[in-house]
Amino acid sequence: MEDAITRETQIRLYTLMVRIRAFEEKSLELFELGLMPGRLHVYFGEEAIAAGACAALRMSDVIVSTHRNGGHLVARGAGFREMFAEYMGRAAGYSGGKGGPMHFCLPEIGVLCTNGIVGSGIPVAAGAAMACRLRKTGQAVLCFFGDGASNTGAFHEGLNMASLWKLPVVFVCENNRYAETMPVDRAIAIENIADRAAAYGMRGAVVDGNDVMGVYMMVGSAVAQAREGRGPTLIEAKTYRIGPHFSGESGHYRDPEEIERWRARDPIVTFRKKLLESNITGESELDEIDAAVYEEAERAADQAKNDPFPQPVSLLQDAWVPMSAEAE
Amino acid sequence: MMGERKVNFAQAIREALAEEMQRDPRVVLLGEDIGVYGGIFTATRTLQDRFGPERVWDTPISEAGIAGMAVGMALMGMRPVIEIMYEDFAAISLDQIVNNAAKLRYMSGGKADVPLVVRTQGGSGRGNGAQHSQSLETWFAHVPGLVVVMPSTPRDAKGLLKSAIRDDNPVVFIEHKMLYFTSGMIKEELCLPLGKAEIKREGSDVTVIATSWMVGRALAAAETLMSRHISVEVIDPRTLRPLDEETILSSVKKTGRALIVHEAVRFCGIGAEISALITENLFHDLKGPVKRLTGADAPIPYAANLEKAAIPTEESIAEEILRLMSRQSS
Repeated sequence: MEDAITRETQIRLYTLMVRIRAFEEKSLELFELGLMPGRLHVYFGEEAIAAGACAALRMSDVIVSTHRNGGHLVARGAGFREMFAEYMGRAAGYSGGKGGPMHFCLPEIGVLCTNGIVGSGIPVAAGAAMACRLRKTGQAVLCFFGDGASNTGAFHEGLNMASLWKLPVVFVCENNRYAETMPVDRAIAIENIADRAAAYGMRGAVVDGNDVMGVYMMVGSAVAQAREGRGPTLIEAKTYRIGPHFSGESGHYRDPEEIERWRARDPIVTFRKKLLESNITGESELDEIDAAVYEEAERAADQAKNDPFPQPVSLLQDAWVPMSAEAE
Repeated sequence: MMGERKVNFAQAIREALAEEMQRDPRVVLLGEDIGVYGGIFTATRTLQDRFGPERVWDTPISEAGIAGMAVGMALMGMRPVIEIMYEDFAAISLDQIVNNAAKLRYMSGGKADVPLVVRTQGGSGRGNGAQHSQSLETWFAHVPGLVVVMPSTPRDAKGLLKSAIRDDNPVVFIEHKMLYFTSGMIKEELCLPLGKAEIKREGSDVTVIATSWMVGRALAAAETLMSRHISVEVIDPRTLRPLDEETILSSVKKTGRALIVHEAVRFCGIGAEISALITENLFHDLKGPVKRLTGADAPIPYAANLEKAAIPTEESIAEEILRLMSRQSS
């Protein structure tokens, strides 16, 4: 099956993962420099899911994401500088510095919203898919969330309605084995979250979340089915968060050996090896990609560091749309 | 413009929905029992027949899901109107209304609008007990980003609902269960501005600011007090957020006395906000303290006599106005 993935796509998948990694390494650096007012939920080790899933979408499709959204947004094409600027609370940030790392709406790159409330985006994605269906736009919606979100009521309500009405949405559960600090086997009584799909009469499937081509193929097929009116799929991408839940947390709830075991399965390292072994490309092309991406991140961060802070007047702007009611 | 017709409040809601659905294909209704059944208070009756099941969706009992879907639809450029059958159940939708609908515009630096309407129904009067009778309007009024509407007549209901659907903000539109079958005159294509109070009765001695079901009771009390030669001005804010401060302040400046009447509990009710507004701005114009007459600080009880005693009545409003007047003369 993987033979069907073109060389061009494979290079793209690699590039997307490196972009996410480079972006987040630089973000963490900005945090450690004390340049961020808040904290950052990093995605180290999970890059294959964002890259594989987003590469399987059309540009006109939309995604709904979470507090841990950096990977998804970069995979959708978010600009490093606007992201860094937002992280640092600057006026040039995507949301003028008022949203911060957890709260983005980027219609220009098909990011409907990202959400700081775990599970809250799931019915929103179902609603977006309802809009696609009613307006016959041919778009599909991809909804990312974590293992923790699958325990919320919003998950149940959203999946039930999405399946009931065969809405064009694909649910991608990133099971990174921890809901904040809570291990998944202490929070969920079954082995596979994907098995919950059966309760809603929808397809469920497990994929290795560290295998970018596997994610790409599976999401591609689920999105095609959703677009054809055959209803949603719940994909559980099993992975591991190599990094902390948020920047600066203590990490004492995890066994360091467990982290090392998963670090050995780093999706970027393993995919790079695969590309080389299958003679898709050579070291030099990949090194060039790495160098260009890291340089881009460096440059963007330098620019963003010099971006101005928001004007105080913006504090009271954008809460409401000015009243436009037509009088009698 | 066609002439005026007498309709009940539920019909007025239905007309507003039908006219806006006719006018704008982006308007879609979602809610429990709103389609085939037509809504438990008949407000959406016949709409599914007229517009089809793709415009009027009967949903499962999933208040968080319904509200979340509305947020997603609105972000995609539609104008969903959802019905949360009882305001009490909106507690289950609050995450979506408060964390998403109200905040996405601000958090995105103005990139996203969430033009949705949450129609819901509240208040006591039907023996429904504590979980189906609350008045929770200040929960919503407390959240920046939301518009909160509480109409008291069929005319206001129609005109304000039409404007709410056309508005680009998320609007919480609270109907009172005891008003659905009250009647009034309305006309076609009636739009009333959000954020504008209405002086329901002019007077010169005291200003009564009342909301929703209490507006009618305040008007009845005002009528009674004519025989005592007390001239009562009654104001219905109609929209609690944004609040029409100007209309309230100019009335109290004229009368020098203010009584706020609402069904919600006193503590942190809208009366506290309006009282503070008046006191902060008109301290030296007041002839006495601003008073509040509100629901009891207790859940709504079931027993008929207790339920009746839990909220202001025409008589208790009249008595409170008399006390306000006598305080001045003593």
